[in-house]
Amino acid sequence: MLEVKDLHVCVEEDPSEKILKGVNLTIGKGEIHAIMGPNGSGKSTLSKVVAGHEAYEVTQGDILFEGESILDLDPDERAHKGLFLAFQYPVEVPGVTNKTLLRQAYNTIAKEQGREELDPIEFEDYINERLNVVDMKPEFLDRSVNAGFSGGEKKRNEIFQMAVLNPKLSFLDETDSGLDIDALKIVANGINQIADEEKSVVMVTHYQRILDYIQPDHVHVMLDGKVVKSGDKDLALKLEEQGYDWLTDLASVSVNGEQN
Amino acid sequence: MSETEALESMVGGEYKYGFTTDVEYEDFPTGINEDIIREISRRKNEPEWVTEFRLEAFEKWKQMEEPDWPNVEYETPDFDKVQYYSATKKKNKNKPESLDDVDPEIIETYKKLGIPLEEQKQLQGIAVDAVFDSESIFTTFKEKLAEAGVIFCSISEAIQDHPELVKEYLGSVVPKGDNFYAALNSAVFSDGSFVYVPKDTVCPMELSTYFRINNMQSGQFERTLIICEDNSQVSYLEGCTAPMFQENQLHAAVVELVALENAEIKYSTIQNWYSGDEEGQGGIFNFVTKRGHCRGDNSKISWTQVETGSAITWKYPSVIMQGDGSIGEFFSVAVTNNRQQADTGTKMIHVGKNTKSTIISKGISAGKSNNSYRGQVKISPRADGAQNYSVCDSMLIGQTCGAHTFPYIESANPTAKVEHEASTSRVGEDQIFYLQQRGMDEDDAISLIVNGFCKEVLKELPMEFAVEADKLLGIKLEGSVG
Ligand SMILES: Nc1ncnc2c1ncn2[C@@H]1O[C@H](COP(=O)(O)OP(=O)(O)O)[C@@H](O)[C@H]1O
Ligand SMILES: [Mg+2]
Repeated sequence: MLEVKDLHVCVEEDPSEKILKGVNLTIGKGEIHAIMGPNGSGKSTLSKVVAGHEAYEVTQGDILFEGESILDLDPDERAHKGLFLAFQYPVEVPGVTNKTLLRQAYNTIAKEQGREELDPIEFEDYINERLNVVDMKPEFLDRSVNAGFSGGEKKRNEIFQMAVLNPKLSFLDETDSGLDIDALKIVANGINQIADEEKSVVMVTHYQRILDYIQPDHVHVMLDGKVVKSGDKDLALKLEEQGYDWLTDLASVSVNGEQN
Repeated sequence: MSETEALESMVGGEYKYGFTTDVEYEDFPTGINEDIIREISRRKNEPEWVTEFRLEAFEKWKQMEEPDWPNVEYETPDFDKVQYYSATKKKNKNKPESLDDVDPEIIETYKKLGIPLEEQKQLQGIAVDAVFDSESIFTTFKEKLAEAGVIFCSISEAIQDHPELVKEYLGSVVPKGDNFYAALNSAVFSDGSFVYVPKDTVCPMELSTYFRINNMQSGQFERTLIICEDNSQVSYLEGCTAPMFQENQLHAAVVELVALENAEIKYSTIQNWYSGDEEGQGGIFNFVTKRGHCRGDNSKISWTQVETGSAITWKYPSVIMQGDGSIGEFFSVAVTNNRQQADTGTKMIHVGKNTKSTIISKGISAGKSNNSYRGQVKISPRADGAQNYSVCDSMLIGQTCGAHTFPYIESANPTAKVEHEASTSRVGEDQIFYLQQRGMDEDDAISLIVNGFCKEVLKELPMEFAVEADKLLGIKLEGSVG
């Protein structure tokens, strides 16, 4: 589904600011991955670069989606291919209702994928049914996108958008943070419903608590712009108990390794 | 191309109304003096009192100086080079009774502008007065309106056919010597619309005037007067476009609205005059005085404007709330791009008790433009319980434009409540990235953001025109992004 190969990324405006320093990652169809790591290790940057954010420049390496490089594609073209990013900080769009945004988004993607667009009445039925996935109230459809939403509501809204747009691969950037335990369960339950045999999900998080509700097939640890360790769910538990310190050596070893 | 550049080039959508119509004009000298004013009056076959009105205004104008307080910079027009009267040559001097008497070129022009005048194709539910340069060319649905007792015609016709009404109200809201450009207008006003809605009448259709400046040399000095008697209602819309010329054209209009007891006037404008090229060459100078007078108790006047054109805009639609319980509203979207400069806002004058006003202003600036909101709320000592609520929001696109807010609040009554909110935001890369991630291209993303920003104002427009305004913002924002 997705292959990130030796990805080096710096900040477009300041090329001396290197953020990703050789990330390798392979996500298979239908798999659930978790990427963990301390603040500032590059998790959000990786998610945004995969989605095509123009503030970053790829200086080395490649990103393949279903076998083809997507580096030259605009963010909307990547979205048309079935890529979705649930934002760590969802953006407010005052005056534009959730429903308006989603109908335009859904129909644009449907059109690009050669599927049938939905008229307002069909869309109304569809979107109302999708509300159930994250147990959201219909009132949210007519509210401006994220404007005046609480932190938790914004996160839930991201998963709702994912449920409506039905992407092949989703990066969920810290969707779990800012949620109370009930909301966390609802969101986790929603993600589990969407992630089926065909769909892949990458959860970016630095807490293991969401992994109590969603079983990842693979867990990766990022430190200082690299994936330093991969493993299964037990790795997440070990991180929870021991923190990241025992891995810092690993990071410097591999950095040294590169220099040799 | 960076996103900021992309944004900037997008707002520079091409002007689609810049063509000229080839018509023959009557000869008329340029410049302004007493003889010229008498000649305008003579050609329009006006009664003596109108000539006097013009001459008195001219006397006042000569004593006045151009205001320099607006936050705009331009070279003062050379008033001797302007042509103050412009009429196309016709066989028959009178206003055409049927379309057969109208120059087909002009009919074609309006068709191109999306305003078909032919009976079969007329816009449903909207009566249109088509003003070409200084003349009203044709008014549709006149008979149907007459059945309801509503008078809708050009002001020139009204002077001929309903002199008693015009005499009573002309200059009663905006006095001859009100300000520099209002005085100039009062001296040389060309044409414009006249609306009279009698007592207890809801005007059966939307009224609309479409202003077109075609003549390069002529200024346009439109004069509009709308009177709504007790318990009556009317909704009126003006649209404006002009060809693209290298030189600046002067447009100095005066609009007066009078609402008597329980009457309601809704006045909407979609202003899309040519705004000059990227370097700031050409474009319309739009210096306008618009004022409404809530004369009767519980009357209501509402201004809605979508301002996208003109090189310089200088315009403050105002409401004097004299009647107790009367209401004034101002809803505005002003978009500036390239080197456009706009200084626009409103004045809400509370005189009567329990009067209420609302101001919602949305300014969008892009390119190297400058967009200022200037609003005055004035509460007189006897306006017990007066209330004002103002919001002015500015949105910046790119790094080289400016937005300014100048609110003036004067309250002489301690029981009055005045609330003012202001905000400035920038269309951010993150907002666009978010929408693009959801599948929309840059054009659509910006359109959506801008539309959301203006929504509170756009929803005030009559249905038929909301679509028009939406399209216009679309064009203004449409991408030349490669
Ligand atoms: N646009 C940017 N400009 C400058 N520095 C950035 C930018 N984006 C991210 N960074 C820096 O890159 C590092 C990684 O950030 P981020 O990817 O947000 O980490 P995480 O999501 O793992 O907490 C941080 O040090 C952050 O300050
Ligand atoms: Mg992050």
